[in-house]
Amino acid sequence: MKKVYSKIESIAGNVITVYADGIKYGELAEVSTKFGKSLAEVIKLDGGLVSLQVFAGGRGISTGDEIRFLGHPMKVSFSDNLMGRIFDGSGVPRDNGPALNENLITIGGPSFNPAKRIIPRNMIRTGIPMIDIFNSLVESQKLPIFSVSGEPYNQLLARIAMQAEVDIIILGGIGLKYDDYLFFKDTLEEGGALSRTIMFMHTASDPVVESLMVPDISLAVAEKFALKGKKVLVLLTDMTNFADAMKEIAITQEQVPSNRGYPGDLYSQLASRYEKAVDIEGAGSITILGVTTMPGDDVTHPVPDNTGYITEGQYLLKNGKIEPFGSLSRLKQQVNDKTRDDHRALMDGMIKLYASYKDSMEKKSMGFHMSSWDEKLLKYGEKFEAGMMDLSVNIPLEKALDLGWEILSDCFAPEETGLKSSLLEKFWPVKETV
Amino acid sequence: MKSTGKVVGVNGNMVTVNVTGLVSMNEVAYILTDGKRLKSEVIRIQGDKVQVQVFEMTKGVGIDDDVEFTDDMLTVELGPGLIGQVYDGLQNPLPELAEEAGFFLERGVYLNALNREREWEFTPIANTGAKVTAGDSLGSVPENNFTHNIMVPFNLLDTYTVKSIKEKGAYKLKDTVVELADDKGNVFNVTLVFNWPVKRAIKCYEERLKPVDPLVTKIRLIDTFLPVAKGGTFCIPGPFGAGKTVLQQAMSKNAEVDIVIVAACGERAGEVVETLKEFPELLDPKTGRSLMERTIIICNTSSMPVASREASVYTAVTLAEYYRQMGLDVMLLADSTSRWAQAMREMSGRLEEIPGEEAFPAYLESSISGFYERAGIVKLKNGEKGSVTICGTVSPAGGNFEEPVTQATLKVVGAFLGLSRERSDARKYPAIHPLDSWTKYPGLIDAEQTAYAYDLLRRSYEIGSMMKVVGEEGTSTDDFIVYMKGEFLDAVYYQQNSFDPVDAAVTPERQAFLFKQIMEVLTAELDLDTKEEVRNWINKLRQSFLDYNSSQWESDDFKSYDKEINNLIADKKVGILANAAKLMEK
Ligand SMILES: Nc1ncnc2c1ncn2[C@@H]1O[C@H](COP(=O)(O)OP(=O)(O)OP(=O)(O)O)[C@@H](O)[C@H]1O
Ligand SMILES: [Mg+2]
Repeated sequence: MKKVYSKIESIAGNVITVYADGIKYGELAEVSTKFGKSLAEVIKLDGGLVSLQVFAGGRGISTGDEIRFLGHPMKVSFSDNLMGRIFDGSGVPRDNGPALNENLITIGGPSFNPAKRIIPRNMIRTGIPMIDIFNSLVESQKLPIFSVSGEPYNQLLARIAMQAEVDIIILGGIGLKYDDYLFFKDTLEEGGALSRTIMFMHTASDPVVESLMVPDISLAVAEKFALKGKKVLVLLTDMTNFADAMKEIAITQEQVPSNRGYPGDLYSQLASRYEKAVDIEGAGSITILGVTTMPGDDVTHPVPDNTGYITEGQYLLKNGKIEPFGSLSRLKQQVNDKTRDDHRALMDGMIKLYASYKDSMEKKSMGFHMSSWDEKLLKYGEKFEAGMMDLSVNIPLEKALDLGWEILSDCFAPEETGLKSSLLEKFWPVKETV
Repeated sequence: MKSTGKVVGVNGNMVTVNVTGLVSMNEVAYILTDGKRLKSEVIRIQGDKVQVQVFEMTKGVGIDDDVEFTDDMLTVELGPGLIGQVYDGLQNPLPELAEEAGFFLERGVYLNALNREREWEFTPIANTGAKVTAGDSLGSVPENNFTHNIMVPFNLLDTYTVKSIKEKGAYKLKDTVVELADDKGNVFNVTLVFNWPVKRAIKCYEERLKPVDPLVTKIRLIDTFLPVAKGGTFCIPGPFGAGKTVLQQAMSKNAEVDIVIVAACGERAGEVVETLKEFPELLDPKTGRSLMERTIIICNTSSMPVASREASVYTAVTLAEYYRQMGLDVMLLADSTSRWAQAMREMSGRLEEIPGEEAFPAYLESSISGFYERAGIVKLKNGEKGSVTICGTVSPAGGNFEEPVTQATLKVVGAFLGLSRERSDARKYPAIHPLDSWTKYPGLIDAEQTAYAYDLLRRSYEIGSMMKVVGEEGTSTDDFIVYMKGEFLDAVYYQQNSFDPVDAAVTPERQAFLFKQIMEVLTAELDLDTKEEVRNWINKLRQSFLDYNSSQWESDDFKSYDKEINNLIADKKVGILANAAKLMEK
């Protein structure tokens, strides 16, 4: 029997309290206000007093409004009918299509048994040299784009998504600008991917609490598809909005903040989502690409910082380029020994030289004399930026590696590169001496 | 009689229980929800209200759910068969759990840590009538290539007489193999297994010794310059992605110890999987057996419940102490202690304790030092030595070492291997900052020689930063030589490629050999006039050394690179620098 209560004890921020019996932690309720109905989730039990977080926010709720407990936690419908559909943060259609109620699954389920995971092994090719050579993306990786605001992070995300050979794309929008939402929709449509895409869209104008559900809903659905053997790519943008929503709730709950107002469990909260990325033995996989905008362009800000500690690397987007320093794919070594002999060495060698180029640039900017070595580095740096870093470059890995050797041999003598002799013998381009 | 209770409040993974009967601190209780038994631990008692931290997700727990108290603290099973296992933070075997529950870690499923059916070949040691105390060996069973002692359980605190002991033969874990009697005639049955509370250090030894024997990690920068000791403690703080985990993984494969315990505490599951899948295939060069036969994995990754994360480091160190009692050298690698500290912080927040810096609880420091204090090299009652070495990674917020966990850790450890973002960005691995890091332990190589190299590096850094101000043209050739020598030392000795099959692990013998060569270069008076010449020569030398480093020890390639190097050096070396003359005579 569903229980209805109509005496709200307190309203603070998005959290209301009510005395009720037989309520379970994490249970859902429906709050009816004069603005309509909203879902709410039980976030604390204290004797008979139940605290609920209202998805539509606390604004306008009256102490006399009705609360009906549903007797189950948050669920979402799972079936192939989800394909091509668009929902909001609580799973309600926002595309005029029918509501889906069959085969409900619980969200935020238990974590995957590590003993059942397999070592990721498939490279996802993107045609972007900064990714393919230097920080290869791997199926089942969890990897965010760390971005300064104003950078084309959603464009980059969409570009990778369109290149990746996956069965299903799940787009989780968190505080997404409406324009960006339309951009994704158009891009997916143009690429012919809309029919294998599911969107859970929380836009910047929707109630904050609703955004909290987006990662869990997206990932719960992804998990089911992955278990059925599908390769699923989950895009979450922007996870900083997600963290900010948690911060807002924590503050209204008067929790002691740990760092710049963020709750002490920020790490665990983010981790429990990102860790859903998995490659399943004998079934499919979940790859998570996220966006984490960095407030104040600061990687040490708690959100990117905690994220970096959780994810398997990050692509740092700055000045329209993927920065070689600060970008990292931790899974690259699982795949880059199976591509081409020279891949690993070239990756390390070219970055080391690029670091030296940066030093020379610094010297130059201070007006120092440029030695012949510095001159070589300067030449190298320019070629590297144009050939490898420019985001308009779109070439397959092998071409990019060849280009790497080309650039090196244009600028240096073989022994100046710090690469192993055996590789130099095999790959150093033979040039006619001038 | 065991107490019972009812749930009266739920806040995240902290549940408040109204209890009837006695309870003790850290007692284990089960919450009965949805037909499942959720394990929890008492963390605060206030009259008949008790707060427990639940080792599971608390979704679905409701007011008036029944609670059963157990009268036991959180314990682990100690006995043969631990080695090679993969456990969660509460010693649930994960592969068996997968068989039982499938892909996911369903809550409320708890399995025996050790196999009850397996038979062990028991050989008695103690004689009937012998007087024994906790930790004494009564017999042994073979476990892989170890002699696993069956000891008087550590919780039997009196002196006992061996009343009976079974003959040599095959026994199961729970079979009684020895009967012990105390003065009053009470008889205690000893099986192959007993339980021990994880939060209590095992102290059945004669005395604790000073850790001085180097623990060989086969990482050059550590063994030669920043050595660690058997029974010592050291920490690896560093920003994300700087290489903490890769460094620990390298040590878990190559360190010269008997047993390695990997405690993946609040980090990525994927990293554990690498160890899990690779180790059975890799051989321990010392024993020729699979690496898994010297490894125990405790795995409480970041998405698993935080309360068991808090317990997991204690579980790990308890298993380490247990094997130490058998005279073995055990190394515990905890990644990351910051996640453990955060687990404490989360719970402290829910308990509404007065927060300290960055909201960590006031007892953060004492918890950290209490944990590292469980390391040590000890003389056992039978005169043998055993050790537990603890290495913890630290993940400081923002990569800034001025934060509570790093600072508290630095106060207690014997060596500090700090990773630098600058070095990892420049792909200089391992990214241990050679100058900021320190150690209190003695190393394998002559300290005066390493001090010389260190000093040179320091000067090289100074000249390097000076050059940023005055430019290369404002630097003398002599200074430039020092600078380039420092760069050379860094490139071919400090940096080591974990992913190169040869370079990944360098034996002490090879380190000594290589270091001697390096010193030949560092102390050389060189016949080089221009910076251009210096750079060219060093570049060539570096190239040869890199090839040398990745060639098999004493192979033909190795020998030919060696020759090449000697020629290169001979070509430009005209003497030994005055400040090194004495040193090189050694
Ligand atoms: N010794 C090494 N040789 C080559 N590459 C390395 C080395 N150490 C680290 N790396 C590279 O850096 C990546 C990150 O390293 P690692 O996972 O050890 O970082 P971490 O310090 O543990 O980070 P976090 O705190 O986020 O867990 C690796 O995946 C690898 O690509
Ligand atoms: Mg790590």
